[in-house]
Amino acid sequence: MSTNGTNGTAAAPIKLTRKDFTSDQDVRWCPGCGDYAILAQVQKVMPELGVARENIVFVSGIGCSSRFPYYMNTYGFHGIHGRAPAIASGLKISRPELQVWVVTGDGDGLSIGGNHLIHALRRNVDLKILLFNNRIYGLTKGQYSPTSELGKKTKSTPYGSIDHPFNPISVALGAAASFVARTIDTETKHLQEILLRAARFKGSAFIEIYQNCNVFNDGAFEVVTDKATKSDNQVVLEHGKPLIFGKERNKGVRLTGMFQPEVVTLGENGITEKDLLVHDETAPNAGLAFLLSQLEPPAFPVALGVLRAVERPTYDQLAVDQEKKLLGSKGDGDLRKLLHSGETWEVS
Amino acid sequence: MDIQAPTAPAKPHEAVDTVVIRFCGDSGDGMQLTGTEFTKAAALHGNDLSTLPDFPAEIRAPAGTLAGVSGFQLSFSSQVVYTPGDAPDVLVAMNPAALRTNLADLLPNGVLIVNLGAFTANNLEKAGYKSNPLEDGSLDQKYRLYKVDISKLTQTALADSGLSTKEIGRCKNFFTLGLMFWMYNRNIVPEVENIKQKFSKLPAIADANVKVFKAGYHYGETAEIFTTSYEVRPATDIPKGKYRNITGNEATALGCVAAVKLSGLRLFLGSYPITPASDILHQLSLYKNFGIVTFQAEDEIAGITAAIGAAFGGSLALTTTSGPGMALKSEAMGLALMTELPLVIIDVQRGGPSTGLPTKTEQSDLLQAYYGRNGECPIPVIAACTPADCFNMAVEAFRLAVKYMTPVILLTDGYLANGAEPWLLPNIADLPKIEVAFRTDPVGFQVYARDAETLARQWVRPGTPGLEHRIGGLEKDFTSGNVSYDPDNHEAMIKIRAAKVAGIAKDIPLQAINGEPTGDLLVLGWGGTYGALTKATDECRARGLKVSSAHLRHLNPFPANLGEILRSFKRVLIPELNDGQLIKIVRAQFLVDAQGLNKIQGKPFKVAEVVASIEAHVGVVKAAEGGRSHVQGEVRA
Ligand code: SF4
Repeated sequence: MSTNGTNGTAAAPIKLTRKDFTSDQDVRWCPGCGDYAILAQVQKVMPELGVARENIVFVSGIGCSSRFPYYMNTYGFHGIHGRAPAIASGLKISRPELQVWVVTGDGDGLSIGGNHLIHALRRNVDLKILLFNNRIYGLTKGQYSPTSELGKKTKSTPYGSIDHPFNPISVALGAAASFVARTIDTETKHLQEILLRAARFKGSAFIEIYQNCNVFNDGAFEVVTDKATKSDNQVVLEHGKPLIFGKERNKGVRLTGMFQPEVVTLGENGITEKDLLVHDETAPNAGLAFLLSQLEPPAFPVALGVLRAVERPTYDQLAVDQEKKLLGSKGDGDLRKLLHSGETWEVS
Repeated sequence: MDIQAPTAPAKPHEAVDTVVIRFCGDSGDGMQLTGTEFTKAAALHGNDLSTLPDFPAEIRAPAGTLAGVSGFQLSFSSQVVYTPGDAPDVLVAMNPAALRTNLADLLPNGVLIVNLGAFTANNLEKAGYKSNPLEDGSLDQKYRLYKVDISKLTQTALADSGLSTKEIGRCKNFFTLGLMFWMYNRNIVPEVENIKQKFSKLPAIADANVKVFKAGYHYGETAEIFTTSYEVRPATDIPKGKYRNITGNEATALGCVAAVKLSGLRLFLGSYPITPASDILHQLSLYKNFGIVTFQAEDEIAGITAAIGAAFGGSLALTTTSGPGMALKSEAMGLALMTELPLVIIDVQRGGPSTGLPTKTEQSDLLQAYYGRNGECPIPVIAACTPADCFNMAVEAFRLAVKYMTPVILLTDGYLANGAEPWLLPNIADLPKIEVAFRTDPVGFQVYARDAETLARQWVRPGTPGLEHRIGGLEKDFTSGNVSYDPDNHEAMIKIRAAKVAGIAKDIPLQAINGEPTGDLLVLGWGGTYGALTKATDECRARGLKVSSAHLRHLNPFPANLGEILRSFKRVLIPELNDGQLIKIVRAQFLVDAQGLNKIQGKPFKVAEVVASIEAHVGVVKAAEGGRSHVQGEVRA
C-alpha cells in the first residue's frame, strides 16, 4: 500500500475501495454532465491516497460543481457562493492533519470568489483545489462566465459577450500557486494521474478541469476533446520531455529568440527534438509555466498536465512552527498570569 | 529618594473628589499617549476612573488644522466613576486648533493650560483665529488660564541632548504629562520606568522623554505661576481586590483567551483590519501559545467564512469587525446559523451608515445584528456595558455559541473599545464553564438530532470515524440533515431554529433593576451607555424622582422578566446613541409606548443630557396624573 505522501493521517489500516467513498445521496447533475466523470475519478483515486476516510473533507461553494461534497462519503461542507477556499483555509489551518479538498467552478472560483482563490494560492494553504471549468453558469441556467470566450452569446449576452475571459491557469500562476495543472473530464487516466499528483503535493494544488456542460455549453472544449481533433490541439506535458504533439507526433513547440512560442514540424527545415521547448515543472521562475498556460487553439495546442510543481513552506505548516516556537520560548499560556499582567494594584 | 516629596518648599495641597481632564492637541502631539500614561498613574494611585479617547479618522491630518485635533478625556475620582465626565475641569490645549475645538466644553472657571509656543501666527491662522485669543484678555476672565511655553521649555531641557529639532518637538507631550503629575501629586517613579520601557529600543529618546517629563514636574513645583496642587484620594467605595486598568478591546481579547481555557478548545480568529476593532486582532495575535490561531483574512467575508471552517473543524471560532464589515458578513452568518455551528461575531460599533464615522462611537448596529440577514435568521445578540464588561460578555458569547450550537453576536462600541476603567480581576474558578461534548459514537447518529432541552444539534469533529457527514447552506432535513426541499420540513426548521434561540432566555439572568421595581419612569438602555444612564438615574433618584434604570446585556433573547418590568412603570424612556433601534424592537415585542432619547453625534451621552430628559418625562407623568409637574423641561422625542 502506498504511504500517505503529504498530509492526512498515516496509511489507513484497511484498503478502501471506490464504494467506500460513495455517499448514499442521489447524484443530481443533468444526465451526460461532465461532473459525473470527475466524481467517478475522484472516488476512484481516494483509496490510493492511504488517507483514512474520516480525515478527508470536501468543501465547496455554490454552483453545479459545488454539489460535489454531498456525493462523497467523507466529511463535507457545502458553503456559500465563492467562499470555499476561505472556509477550507480556516479548516485546514485549524486542523492541519486533515486533507482538505475544494471543489469550485469558473463562476464560483473566478468571479464571486476570485479573491479567496488567489489568496489561498498565494498563502500556499495545503488545499487541493479542483476548478471545474465549463465556461458557463449552469445552475442559474446559462449566463456567460468569467471564462466564456469573447463574443459568446448567452441569455445575459444576447449580442455577444464583450467581457475578456480569464485563463484560470494564468490566474493561479499569477497568484504564486505552487502546484498548477490542467486536465479534462473525459481523459480518465490523465485526470486520475493529476488528482494523485495534487493529493501528494505538499502545498496548495490547483487543477483546472475542462468540464462539459452538455445542457448550456455543450462542446465548449470540443476541439481539445474530440477524437478527431484532439491530438492536434493538446500537448500533454511531461517533466523533462520536449513538447511534442499531433496525430503523427511530428509537431512541437519551440521558443523564438524573443521568447515567443511557435509551432514547428519535426523534420521540416532541419528541426529536430533538440530545438523544442523542454518542459520543466520545477523551474524556479514561473515564466515558462505562464507561457504554456496561454497556449490556445487554433494557433497552439492546449497544454495539459502539471504546469508547475514547486514546493515552498505551506501556511498551515508555518503556523504550526510559529506556535511551537512560541510554546518553546514562552511555555503554555497561563491565563491567570495573563490577566494579572501589566500594572495592578490592591484595593483593601 | 522619594521623588514624590518635593525638595522645594511644598506648595499647598487641596483635596478634591473628582477631576475631569482633557488633553488635546495636534494628532502628531502624542495626546493619546499622554492621556493613557496619566490614566495609568491615576489607576495605580487607586482612583476609580473612566476615559474617552477621541481621535480623527485620518492618521495624520495636516498639522495644526482643526481636522487634525486629537483629544483624550479622563475622569478620575475618590468615588465611583461611571463616565469620563460631561465637561472637563481642566483643559490642556497644545495648539490653537485644539483650543478652538475644545474650549466650549471647559467648565467656567476651569483650569486652562495652553502651550504658548504653538500660538504662532501661522498656527492661529490655520485654526481660524483672526487674533490671538491669549492676548485679548477674554480667556483670563472666564478661566484660570496658564500660559506655559511647553515647546520652548522642552527645547531648553533637551538643549544638550544631541537630538534634532524634530525629535525634541516630539518630546513635549512628556512635559505636559510631568506638569499634570505635579498638579495631581502623582508618583513619578513608576512613570519613569514606564517611559524607559516603552522606548527601550531608542535609549536616547527614552532619556530625553524622562528628562522632559521630570522638567515638567519640576516646573509645576518651582514656577511661580502655579500656586496649588491637588490631591484626589484613592477610591474606597469600590469592591476590594486586585485591579488593573483595561480598555474594552483589551478586555474583549482577554475574554476570548479565557474562553479557550474554560472550554479546553483551541480558538481560531478570522478577521480583517477595521477601525475600531483591529486591536482585538492585534492582541489575540500575541497569544499563540494559548492555543489561539489568528488569521488575517483577505476580506471580511473570508474572515468569517474561515472561522466557520474552523468551527466545522471543532475549534472555538471567532470573527471581529465593525459595522461595514458586519454588513459584508451577513450571508455567512446565515450559513453559520443554517449549519448550526458555534461562532462568535464581535461587532465593535462605530458611526454609520457606510464608512460613516470610523473613529466615533454609535450604537449603530442593533437592528443589523437582529435582522440584517436574508430569510428568517435569528441569532442571539448580547452587548457589553462597560470596558471591563467586555471580558464577561466575550466569555458569555462563547458559552452560548457552544451550548446552543449557534452563531452569537457580541456588540461593543468605539466608546467601550478605546475607553478604559479599573477592572477587578476575576477569580478564574468563578468564571462560567464552557462545556464541550463532541459526539464520537456512530451508532444512531443523525446530523440534526437535537438535545431535548437546548435544541442544539451535536458537534462532530472531522477525523471521527463513522460520523462522516455533509452539511451546508441548503435547507436541512429535520433529523438527518440531508438537503430537503420539503415545504413542511422548511417551516418546521424555521420554527425550531427560532425556538432554540428563544429558549436561551431560560439560561440567562433575569434583568436587574437599578432602583425600585415600580415607579414613574423606567430608563431602559443597552450596551455602552450604562455609565451615563446609571449615573443620571441615581442623580434623579437622589432628588426624589421615582425613576429606575435597567440596562440590557442580553438583547436577543431578552431576559424573561423584561415584559413585566416594562409594565411596572408608568413611562419608559429608551436613550440610545442612534436614531431609535432598541425602541423599535421593544415596541414591537412588548406593545409598550416607549419614548426615545436619541443622540447621533459620534459621542457618548452626557449625564446632564439624560438627567434633563428624565426630568422632562417624569414631568409628563405627573402632568398626566393631574398633579402639577414639579419639573419643567422639553421632552426630546
Ligand atoms: S447545468 Fe451543466 S454543469 Fe450543471 S449539471 Fe447540468 S450539465 Fe452539468
